[in-house]
Amino acid sequence: MKEKRVQTGRYFMMGNVACAEGAIAAGCEFAAGYPITPATEIANQLAERLPHVGGAFFQMEDEISTIAAVIGASWAGKKSMTVTSGPGISLMTENLGFAIGVETPCVIVNVQRGAPSTGMPTIGIQGDMVQAKYGSHGDYEIIALCPSSPQEMFDLTVTAFNYAETYRVPVFILSDAFVGHMREEVIIPEPEKIKTVYRKIPEPGTDPRTIQGFLSEEVAPMPIFGRGFKAHVTSSCHDERGKRNLIDISALDNYIRKLSNKILKHKEAITLVAPDYEGAEVVLVSYGGVARAAATAAAQAREEGLPVGTFRLITAWPFPGEEIEKMAKKVKEVIVLENNLGQMYPYIKAEAAHYANVSFLPPKLVGEIQDPEDILKKIREVLK
Amino acid sequence: MSELVHPLHRFIRPSVTHTTFCPGCGDGTVVQCILRAIDGLGMDMDDFVFVSGIGCAAWIPSPLFNADVLHTTHGRPIAFAFGIKMGLPDKKVMVVSGDGDLAAIGGNHLIQNARRNIEMTVICLNNGIYGMTGGQAAPTTPMGVKTTTTPYGTFENTFNISRLVMAAGASFVACWTTAHPRQLTNSIKKAIQKKGFAFIEVFSQCPIQLGRKMGIGNAVQMLEDYKKRSILVKEAEKLSPEELNGRIVVGELADLDKPEMLEEVGKMKRRASGGNK
Repeated sequence: MKEKRVQTGRYFMMGNVACAEGAIAAGCEFAAGYPITPATEIANQLAERLPHVGGAFFQMEDEISTIAAVIGASWAGKKSMTVTSGPGISLMTENLGFAIGVETPCVIVNVQRGAPSTGMPTIGIQGDMVQAKYGSHGDYEIIALCPSSPQEMFDLTVTAFNYAETYRVPVFILSDAFVGHMREEVIIPEPEKIKTVYRKIPEPGTDPRTIQGFLSEEVAPMPIFGRGFKAHVTSSCHDERGKRNLIDISALDNYIRKLSNKILKHKEAITLVAPDYEGAEVVLVSYGGVARAAATAAAQAREEGLPVGTFRLITAWPFPGEEIEKMAKKVKEVIVLENNLGQMYPYIKAEAAHYANVSFLPPKLVGEIQDPEDILKKIREVLK
Repeated sequence: MSELVHPLHRFIRPSVTHTTFCPGCGDGTVVQCILRAIDGLGMDMDDFVFVSGIGCAAWIPSPLFNADVLHTTHGRPIAFAFGIKMGLPDKKVMVVSGDGDLAAIGGNHLIQNARRNIEMTVICLNNGIYGMTGGQAAPTTPMGVKTTTTPYGTFENTFNISRLVMAAGASFVACWTTAHPRQLTNSIKKAIQKKGFAFIEVFSQCPIQLGRKMGIGNAVQMLEDYKKRSILVKEAEKLSPEELNGRIVVGELADLDKPEMLEEVGKMKRRASGGNK
């Protein structure tokens, strides 16, 4: 049983374990990490399961080497990932920029925990939402997905690998300690029902001098190592062939723009949202574990006859501004719910405030998901 | 008249027209030694993946070598090389970088991977200074030397990088200077063939950023100085630590047979699937 890549079946499973199973089902062969709460169970599951399917989990000396090894393994042709939490992400951010600069497919799971620095490791807070997009230096685009259940820890980890391989970019799973440690029903489908993608690579035997392996808005084929492509891979400003150029400012412009446009051009295909606001006047906008409280509150409100809908961000980055705008045009009140002091709120407000009133409802205590009763109170308040 | 082409030119990336080394730099000598070693073993550039970090020496494989090359962030090439080797265990992975990159900012990756004894060749060009950024003191700059960040002289003790890597557990360690190109070439050959973490430190002169600041002058004078200060490991064993002060102990310092990480990973996978213990 352990030898099967896809553990088809119906389980009562922890979110973190489902994430590891999703990664293996997606074809992950190389995982690296450094011990950190609350991501532990993902690493443990990968360490146990990967050797059965030809892969391995490696415990590195720190998170800097972890992401470096993941990038190295990806260039060696392996689907690769790392799992960590906020402090680990902070250490990874320089090499995250490297992965973006040389267009490396990889998956980074951030099981978010509380507060700056060491904070409170066992409490889930959506505290690294903006870090995922802006943590590393320079202009760039990445992809980040927010699961709100153990089932989505499985499903979205598969999606994350597929996005990473399709767009040659690091993809974040922005989970948190609550969703990671939540136990719920998880259905793992038959292998043939799980769509998996592997990066495009140049035709074998292509003359290395003719390969354009970088900076295409349509995603260049990746000249992975060991195939005779003689790839020159540098995160210094380079051209479509990988040749370094540290003199010409138009080469710099091309480098920055192409990396970003590669993602933005495919934003529609990348954007996943769960809208449920037909006929609503008030919409609760949330993501991750908080969306569960929002859904409960909205259901109660509707029972009371209040016109309340929900809008859940699954793709957090690239930010689905168009979808938010579309929603805001149809409603009167937008209430943003996050388990933090308002990280995605300014982005949501910027898109929605022209059409609707936008307000923010943090949890009473940061680190506690909003009580549906408090959300209802807020709904009644804005409907007055 | 046919054009004369250097016999090792086939190893150089076709788009390369010049190097970025300053006049008198020792790194060109090391380029020759690496390529002669590969040539001497009858190997091809496609047998290798090269990895480098940040600094003058990192520009040896990137862009000079016509091979798969990953030019990484400062201090991290060995960590990237770890992932590459795990993904491509049949390829030779060679890291070429400087003392600041490998022993200062990247020191932990150096010792941890020496401890793991993962098969790869690491060539550390020790020029005793941060050359590319303009001559700042390194953990290898001798005590008292005036640099751009130590205008009144350095006040820190220095690393003996080879000894550090030996103590960390590498199975092969050699140390030479650019005044020993033949010996260096032979050690690189051994390192490439070694089943384990093979580390070579090369003292490489930086006449621009270090030579003129130390007042020992040009490349020729620095090479003469290397010759004077070098002492073979066997000779060094007869001397006291005081007598070895300021000397460069050269030779093959370690050549051990010990468990290599990829082999151990293979054993672990067999254990996991219930095969041979």
